[in-house]
Amino acid sequence: MVLAYTLLLFLLCSGLFYLGSDYSSTLVSLLHVILLIVPLICIMFGTIHFYNSREFIEMLLAQPVDRNSIYFGEYLGLAGSLVMALFIGLGIPILLWQPTEAALYLLVVGLMLTFIFSALAFLTSVRSVDKAKGIGSALLLWFYFAVLFDGVVLLILHYYSDYPLEELVLVLTSLNPIDIGRVLILLKLDTSALMGYTGALYQKFFGTGFGQVFSMSVLLIWIVIPLFRARKIFSKKDL
Amino acid sequence: MEVKFGHGTKHSGNCNKFVLRRYLSIYLKGLLGAFLFSLLPVVCQAKNLSVGKGFMYRTIREALEQSDTGDSVIVNSGFYSEGALVIDKRIFLRGIGLPVLDGESKIAVITVHASGTHISGFKIQNSGFSDIREIAGIRLDEAHACVIENNYFYNNYFAVYLANSSYCRIQNNRIEGFARTETSSGNGIHLWKGEYNTILNNHISGHRDGIYFEFVKESSIIGNLSEKNLRYGLHFMFSDDDVYKYNVFRENGSGVAVMYTRNVLMENNRFEDNWGSASFGLLLKDISNSIIRNNLFSKNTTGLYIEGSNNTIVRHNEFRRNGWAVRILGDCYEDTLTENNFMANTFDVATNATRNMNYIHRNYWDQYTGYDLDKDKTGDIPFHPVSFYSKLTEESPHTLMMLHSFFVDLLNQTERVVPTITPEAFKDVAPQMKPFIYD
Repeated sequence: MVLAYTLLLFLLCSGLFYLGSDYSSTLVSLLHVILLIVPLICIMFGTIHFYNSREFIEMLLAQPVDRNSIYFGEYLGLAGSLVMALFIGLGIPILLWQPTEAALYLLVVGLMLTFIFSALAFLTSVRSVDKAKGIGSALLLWFYFAVLFDGVVLLILHYYSDYPLEELVLVLTSLNPIDIGRVLILLKLDTSALMGYTGALYQKFFGTGFGQVFSMSVLLIWIVIPLFRARKIFSKKDL
Repeated sequence: MEVKFGHGTKHSGNCNKFVLRRYLSIYLKGLLGAFLFSLLPVVCQAKNLSVGKGFMYRTIREALEQSDTGDSVIVNSGFYSEGALVIDKRIFLRGIGLPVLDGESKIAVITVHASGTHISGFKIQNSGFSDIREIAGIRLDEAHACVIENNYFYNNYFAVYLANSSYCRIQNNRIEGFARTETSSGNGIHLWKGEYNTILNNHISGHRDGIYFEFVKESSIIGNLSEKNLRYGLHFMFSDDDVYKYNVFRENGSGVAVMYTRNVLMENNRFEDNWGSASFGLLLKDISNSIIRNNLFSKNTTGLYIEGSNNTIVRHNEFRRNGWAVRILGDCYEDTLTENNFMANTFDVATNATRNMNYIHRNYWDQYTGYDLDKDKTGDIPFHPVSFYSKLTEESPHTLMMLHSFFVDLLNQTERVVPTITPEAFKDVAPQMKPFIYD
């Protein structure tokens, strides 16, 4: 499964590089891959993996092993293999074709998203015992972050376009890890467009060291919160 | 040429007479020429007046006073700070070893009133600054057919200023300014009124406008590099029938502005890296009957901005990695946008128009997703270059931050299938499948 994922990423990425005429439009296509496929695979694969290894986890719990170390072991095993897949499938073509700053950002964002959505996968799977329900809610969660959320934000921004929205936009983007990742790469890629009008404002914020640290910390928070929330449930759960 | 006499044939007499006559005429002409040539020093009597340490004249001012029309004043390397110099007769003012003319931040360094003056090889620096007068490194006042070449202008208010001068040539100058604010700085090369002037191969940076044209007709701007100027790389108004080509305009505050002008030919220029909230590669305002071709617009916030223009042809240009490749306002009509390459721009075309009164035809759009079943290299379905999202960002600019969101792409695709808010008439009915290759 992870191998298939690696292969998929590798083929997509090298195919895009091979066919793309202009590197920045190639990176835009890659951006779509990272923002859609990586979260989807991570959350789905994570949930399925958790439900499938349920018996194994139960067996482990019967041994004198700390629940915490089982939980984090499972998480690191899952996220680690997915990150490996990402690095091989995406990192190698990027290094071969376009080791630019924007491409490296792409990789970093992919890495963060892998950790975040693996954590979200664990959260959904510990919350419900029913496998179908768990996978369903994981899918919904992905749909919410990848598609629905942006629609709602777009609606809000359009509706309140007469008001000063700078802070609101920052807050709204922080509420969705995919959006933060997107904005981070956007600022490296579409600089010319973003220098116009309002874009310059965000460029000023995210382009500086503080903005980078801010967005990275928000991404870290997005890993930590679901991860520890799931751990809390897991450690108290009667399996 | 060798002429042989007396070749013994029966026609030789005639022949000889003819050759002789021709020879005589050549000889006479030669004699006349030699006579005129010997007169030349008497007529012209051009002197060379050398200025510098250990030369005939210690100051340029002195040499200028002693000179007559047509003389050469040759200035050797050194530092000259002699107050405002005025040239009121035709002089060849030549610097050797880059002598420095300093204006001490107080005065206009050289002012020329005489036609045919030639100034070359100086470093002209620190002209004065004034809020009222336009003080320059070199100022030509109604002086025609002058040449200003191979000079280095450093830290002047205006570097070269032509007022009502024609047939002048300004070439191979390096013009460097240190403008900080628009109100406290002047232009690199400033032309006000005149015709048949040529601005050739200059490198201008750090002024308010790199090159400024107002009421300058039939002139050309060729091979210049204008970069890092505070406002425009080239500012161009009421200047009909001009040509500018092979120039590079880079990283200027707001790019290049061409306004209120007819019959301009702009070709083979590069408009690059003009970033900023009100920046564009090239702004056209009230332009008519002009041609823009073979230019490259790269990495500008807006590549080409067209307002109030008509009958202008935009052809064979490449738009690459701009925020908005072309922004065309609703008051433009009968402009033609054809055979251009649109590549990797965030938005191809933006407009506030609801109707299309321009021809958009046969361009290559890398965002085109159509097909070509009959293999005639032209897409079978039209391309709408104004996307839903581009329209949305016009209305509410903050939505720009949702760029490349999957949801936005979804909306764009839906809009392409069923246009609701984008102008349906704004389309390229013959989009190309492959980019054009220009030489």
